[in-house]
Amino acid sequence: MPVNPDFVGRTYPPSGPYAVDAALIAAFAAAVGSADPVHTDAEAARAAGYADVIAPPTMAVRFSQAAERAYVVDPEAGIDYSRVVHGEQRFVHHRPITAGDQVLGTTTVDSVRSAGGHSMVTTRTELSTSEGDALTTSTSTIVVRGGEE
Amino acid sequence: MAARPLSEVSVGDVVGPVTVPVSRETLVGYANASGDQNPIHQDEAFARSVGLPDVIAHGMWTMGASATVVTDWAGDAGRVVEFGTRFTKPVIVPTAGNELVVQGVVKAVDAETGRVTVDVTTTCEGEKVLGRCIAVVRLD
Repeated sequence: MPVNPDFVGRTYPPSGPYAVDAALIAAFAAAVGSADPVHTDAEAARAAGYADVIAPPTMAVRFSQAAERAYVVDPEAGIDYSRVVHGEQRFVHHRPITAGDQVLGTTTVDSVRSAGGHSMVTTRTELSTSEGDALTTSTSTIVVRGGEE
Repeated sequence: MAARPLSEVSVGDVVGPVTVPVSRETLVGYANASGDQNPIHQDEAFARSVGLPDVIAHGMWTMGASATVVTDWAGDAGRVVEFGTRFTKPVIVPTAGNELVVQGVVKAVDAETGRVTVDVTTTCEGEKVLGRCIAVVRLD
């Protein structure tokens, strides 16, 4: 089944809140090899001007992909997840994701295109805190590979 | 660490190169930290069953490891205001592990806004694995 183009423009209700804590941030920082103390030392983070330890810049994906899941698994959307590869990812950060944040993610389907037998699906997820602070705009393009040759 | 002063940054400055090792353990750690438990990043038999040559790294791990090279250069991981890439080639991670080489070049410096644009090149076994990988950091 092809990816359903009728979903373009659709916005899903906010998903979350996802709690951000120091342990989660430390684990992500270790996983991407970042030893910057702003991820692990609250004093160092405060000295740099942050309220508490902050997430590495690509950790936003943990929350944006969680928010996108409602769309990706929607049977009407026509996305065969076993055929999905990540094509492109972009983040615009409004402020760093910080320990203590409760993150909400709101996903909009920006485009569905076909090329060379594959479908390219671009979603935009706005991450904010439950208090309404803008955190990150995450734009992701997945490629749904076409059927068996 | 403290953020690199804007006055010390010029177009043409080179970031890195930094060699980043990647092992199966790295990918298990990333899977747990990111929540992406797709078995193609951990299970060799599964990866081969879906036509891959071996376990491959999460594209987002490669992007994240590349971001670390930029944030280490910037001196403060909270200074990245934009970061984007295309995933052009998988990073294959055999049992012996593999490595990335991450390098950047400063392409633009906006003295007024403090926005510094860095073009990032990430290679594995001599081939680019990320396309159009661009970071923007804000410095004072």
